[in-house]
Amino acid sequence: MIELKNITKTFRVARRSAGIKEAFRSFFRREYEYIRALKNISFKIGGGEMVGYIGPNGAGKSSTIKIMSGILNPDSGECIINGRIPWKDRINHVGEIGVVFGQRSQLWWDVPVADSFELLKDIYRTPKDTYKNNLEELSEILDLSQIIRTPARQLSLGQRMRCELAASLLHSPKILFLDEPTIGLDAVSKLAVRNFIRKINREKNTTVILTTHDMQDIEAIADRILLIGKGEILLDGSFSDLKHRSKNKNIDETIAEMYREFKI
Amino acid sequence: MKNISYNYISYATLFKIRFIAGLQYRAAAWAGIATQFAWGFMEILAFAAFYRASPDVFPMEFSHLVSYIWIQQAFLALFAPWGSDVNAAETIINGNIAYEMSRPLSIYNRWFFEKAAIRVSRTALRCLPILIVAFILPEPFGMTLPSDPFVFLSFILSAVLGLCVVTSYSMLDSISVFYTMNRYNAILVIFADFLAGGYIPLPFFPEPLRKIAELLPFAAMQNTPLRIYSGNISGNDTVYAICLQLFWFIIMLVTGKILMRNSLKRVLIQGG
Repeated sequence: MIELKNITKTFRVARRSAGIKEAFRSFFRREYEYIRALKNISFKIGGGEMVGYIGPNGAGKSSTIKIMSGILNPDSGECIINGRIPWKDRINHVGEIGVVFGQRSQLWWDVPVADSFELLKDIYRTPKDTYKNNLEELSEILDLSQIIRTPARQLSLGQRMRCELAASLLHSPKILFLDEPTIGLDAVSKLAVRNFIRKINREKNTTVILTTHDMQDIEAIADRILLIGKGEILLDGSFSDLKHRSKNKNIDETIAEMYREFKI
Repeated sequence: MKNISYNYISYATLFKIRFIAGLQYRAAAWAGIATQFAWGFMEILAFAAFYRASPDVFPMEFSHLVSYIWIQQAFLALFAPWGSDVNAAETIINGNIAYEMSRPLSIYNRWFFEKAAIRVSRTALRCLPILIVAFILPEPFGMTLPSDPFVFLSFILSAVLGLCVVTSYSMLDSISVFYTMNRYNAILVIFADFLAGGYIPLPFFPEPLRKIAELLPFAAMQNTPLRIYSGNISGNDTVYAICLQLFWFIIMLVTGKILMRNSLKRVLIQGG
């Protein structure tokens, strides 16, 4: 279903030291640094899997998600999702996936959430019945009936994230990419989001790939873990594999230890 | 290529939503109407003074000029090169283009329809009061209807093409943000407005400059429909001018689509 082979991505970053003199100099001669965000990333994910994609900040998690969702072009390597190359056949590919970027909003800021949903229905050309059923179902599980008529800017972060999740599933995608869906949420909202993701996976067999820094998210959701550090896959296994390494320590400590062990 | 008409449902919805959103800005519309009245009167009075001095040396009849100015003021939001929206530029700069790219739509078409919708909705709010007053005004300062329906139809066609040209130009402006990361290209816009006949109608330009300016895409944005309406150009010249508009629209559309494809290949999502 999802297959990545030797995906590599490099970013060019302009660098200079602080200060007027340096700023002036860089006007004439700019220094660039090439950052290898992803080095030969390969993995396979089957239909209906729930995969936790973890790693420290800057490890390449978001870049991988963006490549898989057709937004970034990698420098080299192959990626086939549902028989398509995401960045070559972006429009058809994204019609079958759902995406949530936890640090951004896909809801239209000034209008009630319901209007954003209607717009998404037309953008994805979702059949009326499918849309209606999905909306009813999602409103019920995520408890949206009260907040759906509020403008997005007046929602709390937790309420907004529930709406973002609903927005990403209105067109019944087969694959759901969640980039830090629990960032900044309180305990109650986090639990709600986790339960919801599990439920969607169980009932609709949606493949879920999520990135997070919250190890409890991983424990609660992911059947499988991909650990990435400095652009390389360091571990591909189950949560119990990870737990096995930890013995008496908590998960955060285990991860930190693994980062040290792999020198990332 | 399947279901092209079906495909456009999405773009039609985006157009509709931008149009409705634009209608909300009523205060801005009233302010715009006031400005455009003041500007229109000033311009007409200034030209009237010149015409009184020596009416023969002017390249446009005074009645043509008056219609030109009123139509220009009424449809300012539709044709003016500077009326560009910055929404597209903002999404590039703040990285929300990530979400736009995760939708099953062409980014070029989407922005094109949204930009056009913003212009149409701004114009819808502003044009009527100005047109009504301009028609009521007494003789030399009032606007007149075109002499025959064919002129009016050519004006409509030319106006639609003008909107297409100015929107595809504004697309190039937005696409340049991928490279510059700068959302306002002020100098470029003043230059464009001047060459579009925004300050002085093109017939008033000194000779070599007029010929060049008339061939440029900026003239195709605003100058052409206004001169067709006012009767300043007619007959074969009208056909020629409309073909030139079509030519520039196609050139800018194709260029924009190619540049967009290249930019999206190397797009970086700003801010992680």
